[in-house]
Amino acid sequence: MLSVTEYDTIAAISTPPGEGAISIVRLSGEDAIKIANQVFRGKNLTKVASHTIHYGHIIDPTTKQELDEVMASVMRTPKTFTREDIVEINCHGGIVPTNKILQLLLANGARLAEPGEFTKRAFLNGRIDLTQAESVMDLIRAKTDRSMQVALNQLDGNLQHLIHHLRQDISDVLVQVEVNIDYPEYDEDEVTAKLLMEKAIEVKARIQQLLATAQQGKILRDGLATAIIGRPNVGKSSLLNYLLQEDKAIVTDVAGTTRDVLEEYVNVQGVPLKLIDTAGIHETDDKVEKIGVERSKKALSGADLIILVLDASEPLTAEDRELLEMTREQKRIIILNKSDLPQKISPEQLARLGVTEDPIVASVKDNQGIAAVEQEIKTLFFGGIENRQQDVLVSNNRQIGLLEQAEVALDSVISGLNANMPIDLVQIDMTTCWEKLGEITGENAPDELITQLFSQFCLGK
Amino acid sequence: MDLKVKQYDSHEYDVIVVGAGHAGCEAALAAARMGQKTLLLTINLDMVAFMPCNPSVGGPAKGIVVREVDALGGQMGKNIDATYIQMRMLNTSKGPAVRALRAQADKNDYHLTMKDAIENEPMLTLRQGLVNELIVEDGVCQGVITATGARYLAKSVVLTAGTSSRGKIIIGELTYSSGPNNSLPSIKLSENLETLGFKLRRFKTGTPPRVDGNTIDYDKTQEQPGDQTPNHFSYETPDTAYLKDQLSCWMTYTNETTHQIIRDNLDRAPMFSGIIEGVGPRYCPSIEDKVVRFADKPRHQLFLEPEGRKTEEYYVGDFSTSMPEEIQLKMLHSVEGLEHAELMRPGYAIEYDIIEPWQLTHSLETKVVKNLFTAGQMNGTSGYEEAAGQGIIAGINAALRADDQPAFTLGRNEAYIGVMIDDLVTKGTNEPYRLLTSRAEYRLILRHDNADLRLTEKGHQLGLISEDRYQKFLVKKQAVEAETKRLTEIRIKPTPKVQDFMVAHHSAPLKDGILASDLIKRPGISYDEIAELVGDESLEADRYVKEQVEIQLKYAGYIDKEKNKVAHLKRLEAKKIPDRIDYSAINGLATEARQKLTKIQPETIAQASRISGVNPADIAILSVYIEQGRIAKIS
Repeated sequence: MLSVTEYDTIAAISTPPGEGAISIVRLSGEDAIKIANQVFRGKNLTKVASHTIHYGHIIDPTTKQELDEVMASVMRTPKTFTREDIVEINCHGGIVPTNKILQLLLANGARLAEPGEFTKRAFLNGRIDLTQAESVMDLIRAKTDRSMQVALNQLDGNLQHLIHHLRQDISDVLVQVEVNIDYPEYDEDEVTAKLLMEKAIEVKARIQQLLATAQQGKILRDGLATAIIGRPNVGKSSLLNYLLQEDKAIVTDVAGTTRDVLEEYVNVQGVPLKLIDTAGIHETDDKVEKIGVERSKKALSGADLIILVLDASEPLTAEDRELLEMTREQKRIIILNKSDLPQKISPEQLARLGVTEDPIVASVKDNQGIAAVEQEIKTLFFGGIENRQQDVLVSNNRQIGLLEQAEVALDSVISGLNANMPIDLVQIDMTTCWEKLGEITGENAPDELITQLFSQFCLGK
Repeated sequence: MDLKVKQYDSHEYDVIVVGAGHAGCEAALAAARMGQKTLLLTINLDMVAFMPCNPSVGGPAKGIVVREVDALGGQMGKNIDATYIQMRMLNTSKGPAVRALRAQADKNDYHLTMKDAIENEPMLTLRQGLVNELIVEDGVCQGVITATGARYLAKSVVLTAGTSSRGKIIIGELTYSSGPNNSLPSIKLSENLETLGFKLRRFKTGTPPRVDGNTIDYDKTQEQPGDQTPNHFSYETPDTAYLKDQLSCWMTYTNETTHQIIRDNLDRAPMFSGIIEGVGPRYCPSIEDKVVRFADKPRHQLFLEPEGRKTEEYYVGDFSTSMPEEIQLKMLHSVEGLEHAELMRPGYAIEYDIIEPWQLTHSLETKVVKNLFTAGQMNGTSGYEEAAGQGIIAGINAALRADDQPAFTLGRNEAYIGVMIDDLVTKGTNEPYRLLTSRAEYRLILRHDNADLRLTEKGHQLGLISEDRYQKFLVKKQAVEAETKRLTEIRIKPTPKVQDFMVAHHSAPLKDGILASDLIKRPGISYDEIAELVGDESLEADRYVKEQVEIQLKYAGYIDKEKNKVAHLKRLEAKKIPDRIDYSAINGLATEARQKLTKIQPETIAQASRISGVNPADIAILSVYIEQGRIAKIS
C-alpha cells in the first residue's frame, strides 16, 4: 500500500523559473522516453538513437491541443546524468507554457521530482563519488521531509477536507467489495457494477471540478500575472515605478532568481500582483523603440490582468486600437493617462469603439487617479474571487498531477465496468484512485482498509 | 514433593519439530521428505493435526494457501481431500482472483489420516513428549529437553507450540491452566524462551459451543449443501475421487432475545469483566463482542457445521463465547432451531503466549537464537491454513539449515504465504493474524488456480515434488503456453457463422478480423466457444488447461498492470540492507524510523519501506547511506 517512489519516472522544470528564452523540462526514469513520446508529435522518440535531439510539438493527447513547439533530447541509459533514460524537452520560456508541459507529463505517468532527486538518482546509480554523496545526503535531509511537509502544510484546509471525504466515499465501497470477497456467505449487501459505476462517475466529476479550480488556485499562490502594456512613452514606466515604491515591493524569493528574471511582485491593496515583462517596460521606455506592440503581444499571453495605458494627450493611434482590440477578451484596466495635458481621447470615444469598461482618467506623473487604479485592481480581484472562494483549492503541480492520475484510474474503472469485468478486478483501479488521492493529503496508512473493514462489519470466522 | 527428573541422552536428529498441529505436521513432513532425519514431538499423540475450532479448511485467501502448500509438496491439501464431508467453491460469481475452495472436514478422520501419513514417512519419527527447554549454546539451538528427561540433539529445531504456551481457558468466572480442548499446557517452554531473550505477548482466541445434532430442529434452519461440480485442494487428486454423498451445513440466526440475554449478563463476560487480558482478533469476535460493538444489528448469522460422519457433534459457527456455561445454554436455546439443543461442549476463550513475530526473519528463523525456527499460532497467526503455510516454510528452512544450504523464502508477489510472512516479520501483529485477500497487493497474480504454476517448480527444486508429478506439471504448463500462443496467432474473420455467434452473445459484430486472444476478452465469451470457432486442433480435454488459457487471456490487461507493479517491487527487493547496519550512526533518520528499523532489522529496502512509521525520506537517506558504504569499500 505504501507508495515506494524509488525508480519511477520523475519530471521537473530544470531551468530557473521565469521568462527566459527557453525552459527545459527534464524526465528521468525507466518510462521517461515512453511518457515523453505520448505527448510528443514528431519522430517516434522510442525509436530514435541515444543522444539525439528532435524537433516536434507537445500535444495534449486527450484534447489533441498543441501546447508548444519544442526540441526533445533523448538520452538512453547508462551514459546520462542519472544513469537512467533521460528526456529533456526544450520549450519556449514562460512559466505558464512550461508548467503546462510539466503537468501533461505528470498526467501521463511521471511523478514530480523531489528537491535534489535527479542528483540523488545520479548518486544511487553510481554516477557520483563519495564527497558529492555527502551533499546529496544533506540535500535530502534538509529538503525531502521539509518540502513534503511544506507541501502538506500548504494544503488548503478545504481541499484536505474534500479529499478526505472523497476517499472515505471510495473506501466505503472498497471495503464493501472486500467484505463480499472475504466473507461471501454473509448477508452483507453485494456491491454491484451499477453502484460502482455511479460511484466512479460521481468521484470523477468531483475530481474534474477540483482540477478546474487549479488554474484559479495558481493565481492565489503565484500572484495575479499582470501585464502593463501600451505604446512607448505613454507612462507605463511611471506607473510601474509607482507600484514598485519600496514600501510596497515584495522581494522576489523564487529560488535561483537571477538578474534575468523579468518578474516583480507587488502588493496592491492586498492583491498579489506578479508584473510580467517589467524589464521590457524599462527597456522600451528608455530607448523609445518602436517595438511596443510586438513586446506587448508577448506579455499578453501569460497574463491574468492587463493594464493598458493610453496617452490621452494624443489622438488614438492605430497601435492603440490594435492593443484595445487584442485585449478585448481579457480582464483589463484601461488608463487614460496624462490628464494634466489637453485631452485628445475621451471615455465616450472608447465606448464608441466597443470598449465596455470605464477607463480611469489619471495623471500618473502627478499621482492623480492612481488610487482609482488600485481600487479597480482590488475590485476586479476580490470581486471575481469572492464567489468562487470555495472552489479555489488546488494550486500546485504535485496536487494537479495526482488528481489527474486519480482521474485516469477512474477512467479505467469505468471502461472495466463497461467491459463487464468482475468487480474485484475493477477494484484494482478504484484502489489506485484511492491511493493517489491519499498521496495528496498524506493520508495513506498501511492496513487502513483492513482496519475500516473490521470496524464497519460484524464478521466471524 | 517434586523429585528432580533425571535427564538422559536420547537420539540425535537433523531436525526436531516441537508440536504436531497444522504447522508442525507440515514442518516435519517437509524436513523428512527433504532427506533429514526428523523427530516430531507432541504433547498428545491423539491430537496430531487436531482441529480445536471450526471443522473446515479453506475459504477466501486461506484456500489459496492450502493450494500453495500442496504445490510446494505439503500435506494439507491431500489430507483434506481424503477426509472432507462437504466441498464448496466460493465467490463463483466474482473474478478468478478471489474464487476460493472450502471444505468441511471430518475432524477425527482428518487427524487420523494425517497421523497415518506421518507414521509412514520413512525419515520421520513421531513421539509423545512435552518439551520444557531448548538446548542453546553460544546463541545456537542444539536440541531440546523433554519433561521426561530426554535430551534430543539436532542441527535445527522448529517450534510450533500453538495455543499451548501457558494456555489459560476461560469460561465465565472459571479460569484454568490448559492447552486447547483441555489438553496439557506447555508452561516451562515459555519461561525458557523468555530467559533466552524472546519478547512474548498474550493473545486471546475462542471457540463456540458444540451441540448434539440429534437435538437440532433443522426445519427452522436453512440448508447449505455442497457443490455438485468436482473440485479439490490438491493438484494430484483426480475428479473421479469427488465425494458424491456430502453432508450439509445449516444456517440460522441470533435474535433480539439472544442479544438481550447477552446484554443482561455482560458483567459475567470475561471479555468485559476484565478477566481476559489478551488481545482477541477483530475478525473473529465472540458473540458478546459482536452484540456490544454492533448494537444496531438485529441478528447475526450462525452456521451449524457437522464435525464428522461418526459423531453427532455440531459446531455452532460464529457463536464463539466465553460466557458462563449457564448463560451459554440460555443463549443457545434462544436461537431458532436450537430451542432444545443439548450442549455437548461449552464454548471457551483461551489466552496464550506468542513470540512477537518481528523477532523472525523471512525464513522464520528467530533472530534471537540461531537454527531455531517458529511457525503457526505461536507466531501470532490464527487459522489452520496460516499455520500450515508457515509450517512448510519453517520445515524447509530447518532442513536447508541442517545441510548448510541458503534459506528459502517466498515474496509477496509469489504466494499468499509470502504476504503473510512478510506482514508478520515486517509489521508484527497486534491481534491474531488472519489472511485476507485484501492483504495481498497482487491478488490477481496470486490465484488459487495458478498456485501450481507459481510454486511447483520451487517444490521440485527443494525435493518435495516427485519426478512423476513434476513431469505431469510440465506437460500442463507447456499445454497452457502452447494454446495461449496459438490463440494469439489465429485471426478470426467476420464470416456469417462468426457474426451469428457475436449476435447470439450480445456482442458487437466484427468489422474486421480479430485475434482469438482478443475476442476472448469480450464479456460472456468463454474459451470453449472460442476453441469451437477456431477449431480445437491442438488441445487435450484438460479443463485445468482451458481454465488457465481463459483466465490468462481474458484478464491480461489487469494481470499486466499487476506484473508492472511486481517488476517495481523486485527492483527494491534487490536492494539488500547489510546485516549489521547501525541505524544510530545514520544522520537524518527520523527518530521513529530509527527505532523501528533497529527493532525490525529489515532485509531489503523494499521491506524497510513497508514498515509503518518509516517514510520515503528515511528510505532515501537509508539508500544513500548504504550506497556510500559500498563506494567506501570499493575505494
